[in-house]
Amino acid sequence: MKQRQFEQRHDDEWQRFAERLVVLERSRGKNDAGTGFAEDYRRICQHLALAQERGYSSYLIEPLQQLAMRGHQQLYRHRSQFAAQLLSFVLADFPRLVRTEWRLVALACLLFFGSLIVMGLLVYAYPDLIYSVVSPAQVGEMESMYDPAARRIGQAAERASSTDWLMFGYYIMHNIGIAFQTFASGLLFGLGSLFFLFFNGLMIGAVAGHLTDVGFGETFWPFVVGHGAFELTAIALAGAAGLKLGWALLAPGSLRRGEALRVAARTSVRLIGGVMLFLLIAAFIEAYWSSMTWPHATTKYLVGAALWALVAAYLIFAGRTAHAPD
Amino acid sequence: MSPSHAWPSNAAQPAPLDTRVRMETPEGIDLVLRPAGLLSRSLAFAIDLLIRGALLVALFYLLHAFGEFGTGIFVLALFLINWWYMVLFEVLHQGRTPGKQLLGLRVVHDDGTPVGWSASLLRNLLRFVDMLPFGYSVGAFACLQHPFFKRLGDLAAGTLVIYRDAPTARPVLPQVPAIVAPVVLTLEEQRAVLSFAERQDSLSAARAQELAGILIAPLQMPANMPPEQALSQLNGIARGLAGSA
Repeated sequence: MKQRQFEQRHDDEWQRFAERLVVLERSRGKNDAGTGFAEDYRRICQHLALAQERGYSSYLIEPLQQLAMRGHQQLYRHRSQFAAQLLSFVLADFPRLVRTEWRLVALACLLFFGSLIVMGLLVYAYPDLIYSVVSPAQVGEMESMYDPAARRIGQAAERASSTDWLMFGYYIMHNIGIAFQTFASGLLFGLGSLFFLFFNGLMIGAVAGHLTDVGFGETFWPFVVGHGAFELTAIALAGAAGLKLGWALLAPGSLRRGEALRVAARTSVRLIGGVMLFLLIAAFIEAYWSSMTWPHATTKYLVGAALWALVAAYLIFAGRTAHAPD
Repeated sequence: MSPSHAWPSNAAQPAPLDTRVRMETPEGIDLVLRPAGLLSRSLAFAIDLLIRGALLVALFYLLHAFGEFGTGIFVLALFLINWWYMVLFEVLHQGRTPGKQLLGLRVVHDDGTPVGWSASLLRNLLRFVDMLPFGYSVGAFACLQHPFFKRLGDLAAGTLVIYRDAPTARPVLPQVPAIVAPVVLTLEEQRAVLSFAERQDSLSAARAQELAGILIAPLQMPANMPPEQALSQLNGIARGLAGSA
């Protein structure tokens, strides 16, 4: 068949397909432009193959190529039931994933909590050590934040709810930023994640040790114990996700390094999804519960212990049954 | 355009001379993707950066009026715009942020399908590493040494930044009577003759005649034929190949 004939015969069809594509590209919801799309798309593909096989001019092939490309984009959307997936992720998939990756999670936890605890004890024993990791100005700032005297005077009245909002925003920004950094730098053969886990552990440990040492523990510990459960775990998990990337580059196994990285990244981005969820919860607790001053310190410790137990139980036991609720 | 159609379908295709990627789909056709290079991608990023900056400044002044509550919202917005601007636009707007839209780029998966949440999140989180140690040095280096211009985030997420092809205008063949080619032309040669006829408007008349003159001998036209006539002969053959309107 000559090119011109072919063109004349199918031109209307191509026009219609193009119009349908415009409609589909504009709207994301359901509409009638989708009915019979697959058949039309296949016909366009067939026309394209024919046109190439018969050596028609590139001015005919190129528009067909573009139509096929746009049709492909519409047909092969990675669409999913977002709500159902989120639910099954929270209820089962995320804790399962953490358990599957237990080696990296254990390594990250060891590094982060280990450096935190050791540094805390060291600073408690040798108070001057704090100035080797935190600058004196920052130490002063920390002290004024948790000074029991200042607290009793300045915060006699409950913090206004607008301040809670301010702090919520700040915590989200700050904590997720740290978690993302810890994760992303894992791409540098895992070194970045190792560094950030260790560094953040040192910093937090030093501050905790110092505040306890100078006698501000009574305001510091009740404040941090609640949200710490989610926040610290999340940072450790983000580190584990970063280490996964780095490990894929170091020991790709039977895959090529690029391919191994892609496979590992698919897993670790799901870990990061869980981390974001944890940090969101942590920010809520930090802004609305931890900041309350009226509950007794004992209450705060009890709630804090319950939250730590909850996180541990969630990561260890959730999703163990074969049929996760979906 | 690489001449894929001239090859038997089971033979390995030759590597194209340009940067195009061929992606075979389940329908048995090849999609042609054109990966975008460093310059256009940096420009797109710069535009996005400007837009984000302007947005934040505007929000800052707007929300500042609401006191601490406003500042809290502003910090949330800062977080959203900082980490989610790219992801939201890429997933909800067919792989295009405003900057990419302006430069005619889009993000797709390696197999040409539209970019999804996890891939987009991954490539934008890993941007942090691409920015190291300063001014996107790692990303630029990775981009320049990769055949499809991928930065590290693209490598891990399995994504590709490609050009969106603008629709092309169809040229009209010169109005000359159609003739049958004096020798049997292979498919490849037929396409060359057709392309020549369609694209001669972009050549100067002298150059078009010169090119047509080269073909006098292979097409077995009289050796003393003047080049203008050779040109119209060639156009006639093209018209014959394309078929009458």
